Amino acid sequence: MADPLHQFQVTPLPGLDFGEVTLPVVGTVHLAFTNSHLAMTIAFLLVIGFFQLVTSGAKVVPGRGQAVGETLFGMIDGIADSIIGHDGKKYFPFVFTVFTFILAMNLLGLFLSFTATSQLAVTATFGVITFLLVVIIGIKKNGLKFLALFWPTGAPLVMRPVVGLIEFFSFLLRPLTLTLRLFGNMMGGHVALKVFAGFVVSLGAMAAAGGWGYLGLPGAALSLSLVTALTALEFLVAFLQAFVFAVLTCVYLNDVVNLGDHH
Amino acid sequence: MVDPQIAAANAAAIVSAGNAIGAGLAMTGMIGAGIGVGNIFGNFLSGALRNPSAAGSQIGNLFVGAALAEALGILSFVIGILLWTSAS
Repeated sequence: MADPLHQFQVTPLPGLDFGEVTLPVVGTVHLAFTNSHLAMTIAFLLVIGFFQLVTSGAKVVPGRGQAVGETLFGMIDGIADSIIGHDGKKYFPFVFTVFTFILAMNLLGLFLSFTATSQLAVTATFGVITFLLVVIIGIKKNGLKFLALFWPTGAPLVMRPVVGLIEFFSFLLRPLTLTLRLFGNMMGGHVALKVFAGFVVSLGAMAAAGGWGYLGLPGAALSLSLVTALTALEFLVAFLQAFVFAVLTCVYLNDVVNLGDHH
Repeated sequence: MVDPQIAAANAAAIVSAGNAIGAGLAMTGMIGAGIGVGNIFGNFLSGALRNPSAAGSQIGNLFVGAALAEALGILSFVIGILLWTSAS
């Protein structure tokens, strides 16, 4: 059976491997235009192109494409408003950018042979950017009061240092869980798809040999229908993970933007 | 007296077998995530059937809860994959 992890290998595209290059500040790096790079570039162009297309001839009564764009926009605007509150509009561009880019990469993974969001490096970048943004906004907006985030006023005084310590570590774990959730979901789904697709091929090869091998045919048919069903599920997961990333970004931003006032 | 080459090969085989067994054991961590996510969606459904008018506004909370519960299962999945790739 084919190796189900082979699809996650980052390889330079033919003719675009530039080898070892010495850059001014970074030093010597292996420069290449890889399949991961290509998938992300296509996702980027798709997002820009799609929103350019649907908003260029904007009408009061939206057409089909414009309705899709407006629904996506309205959905993220809605969650930013309902979670962060009045200041939600200020952080909406970041949340919407992250959402559309992750959504495009997740969905492209189902059409191309490579999923950019199944690379730990890609999802870790998103997780770290979000975490740093939350910390920087928190310190800029609240100053040293930012540390009040780890001082639970609702707990009894004796328990506060303990609960605060736990809060602190769970705060530090946020980029890790953001990263691993997206990475694990995309990777797990694609591994499962590949494993069942491998069953179809190997059981089909058994049946082709004849004799008792024909017993493999029902298994191959079952695997094929499972692959179809899993592909449908993967479309749901692709959307859901982008949505969950956006919602969690809003929740984390809300923690520091509205620090102190519970609303 | 065992040939040192064979002993080294045996040790390597034991290590990679241990890796594979550990990867399989790590995957059992996903049981908890499955129970947790099932709990969340089941309770949401029973709550939504009692008060359908309030269900729509809680969809966001539903997915955040499911995502948080799932993250811990994903952690064990990642550990399993790491162990498995180092075994083979």
